[in-house]
Amino acid sequence: MLKSTSFPVRQWLLSYAAALFFITFVLLWELICRFGKVPVYILPSPVSIVNAFFDVEFSRWLEHLWATLRVALMGFALSICISIPLAIAMVRSEVLSRTIYPALVVIQSTPVVAVAPLIIVLMGTGDMSRVLITCLITFFPLVVSAATGMLETPEELIELSKSLRAPRYRETWQIRIPYAIPHIFSGLKVSITLAIIGAVVAEFVAAEKGLGYFIQFSTSFFKIPQAFAGLIFLAVVSLVLFKSVQWAQQWLYPWSIPKNKR
Amino acid sequence: MSKASERAFVRMEQVGHCYDPAAGNMAVQQIDLEIHRHEFVAVVGPSGCGKSTLLRMVAGLLIPSAGKVSVFDRQVTEPRDDVGIVFQKPTLLPWLTVRDNVLFPLKHKYGLVTAADKNRAEELLAMAGLSQFSARMPDELSGGMQQRVGIVRALLLNPDILLMDEPFSALDAMTREQIGFDLLNIWTENPKTVLFITHSISEAVLLADRVLVMSQRPGTVLDLIDIDIPRPRSANTINTPRFAELTARIRKHIYEPEAHA
Repeated sequence: MLKSTSFPVRQWLLSYAAALFFITFVLLWELICRFGKVPVYILPSPVSIVNAFFDVEFSRWLEHLWATLRVALMGFALSICISIPLAIAMVRSEVLSRTIYPALVVIQSTPVVAVAPLIIVLMGTGDMSRVLITCLITFFPLVVSAATGMLETPEELIELSKSLRAPRYRETWQIRIPYAIPHIFSGLKVSITLAIIGAVVAEFVAAEKGLGYFIQFSTSFFKIPQAFAGLIFLAVVSLVLFKSVQWAQQWLYPWSIPKNKR
Repeated sequence: MSKASERAFVRMEQVGHCYDPAAGNMAVQQIDLEIHRHEFVAVVGPSGCGKSTLLRMVAGLLIPSAGKVSVFDRQVTEPRDDVGIVFQKPTLLPWLTVRDNVLFPLKHKYGLVTAADKNRAEELLAMAGLSQFSARMPDELSGGMQQRVGIVRALLLNPDILLMDEPFSALDAMTREQIGFDLLNIWTENPKTVLFITHSISEAVLLADRVLVMSQRPGTVLDLIDIDIPRPRSANTINTPRFAELTARIRKHIYEPEAHA
């Protein structure tokens, strides 16, 4: 009896838990700001952030959004173009894998934030240097996920390929790469959010447009609600990009998602 | 009988293999075996005795460190493309339909498939009773059906030799018996030289013409038994006294190996 009545409640909670948490969080935030008399430069209230968002012209938002999105997507695309062939090369040749892997780890463990100013000095303040910074921050998870996926191909299928005496590029194209698709998409999901981070880091160093630039500029003029508005906008953009990668996987490779999650 | 068919089709002479020459322990040693054309030979033995090693040697995926394996009087020195391999797991490609999985060996070897190939794939699927599933994805099929697709895939290139590496071990007992009889039907219609690895004694006796019994690692030949039970065999075969005698003989080898020391 108890179970049958509590079950719908549980179902309802499961479907709306995130929304419920979000609403409660924003409400609490608003209440604390109003009744706790928190100064606006420490924590602006949600209402003031929404007002700040609409105070900025929509075309200006689009301009900043386009500047950031352009760099993030170009860096992301460049990173895919570099990392997938690199992963293939590493899987096919042990010598290459042993040579490149340590270099990759060194690049990955060097903080890109620290390298960014150097890249700007070397390559100028144009889009290219920001794209490169984004690429540097996004390609490591892609290489690792693609290589891991290709190496996890069942040994039997490799034996099948060998016993058919098929050319080796077909082993890569028809067996290893498709097998790596689920892994590659995990890597893409991590990388797409990193791409936004990369673009913003680059804008912090040198830019006159973009959401990262907008946040920095707003903060330096003590327009804290406006900075928060930019930050939240950025988070929403990141989320949409992440979801787009998920949708792309569902649309292009439905088989690569476990059956109960399709 | 023509002369060619009298000759041994697969021959192993004093074959041994050692995966790790530094440690020096042999996986299999001193294996002598002759398999005739279109003969069904099953190999049984405890796990880790090198049954799969033998199979990989016939396929040319593994070159023995001692002795010689030859197929039709030619020594095996590299992978052969006239063998069909069925693995323990179905190992179907999850992104291809059942039909494309069956066609995969052709697509993989030559890069293209013709309409005639597609017809052949459909014919083979029909023979295995899988026609209505040919457009499905592998994960929509039961384990038994997936393994049937694996067998059909191995038959696509019409190989002379069918190598089966514990193909039914992941299936439940009832499916397993049924698929064994299905295999016999397929084999009767398309005679092949079969090397069938299993750890089930009754499965070996039920299916094979001869059973090779192997010892613990390093695997050697303990016995090579002619299964003189007439074909076609059916579920009733299991109840015959001869079946009981033969399985008992093999079981004795497995459970009382010291009798041979």
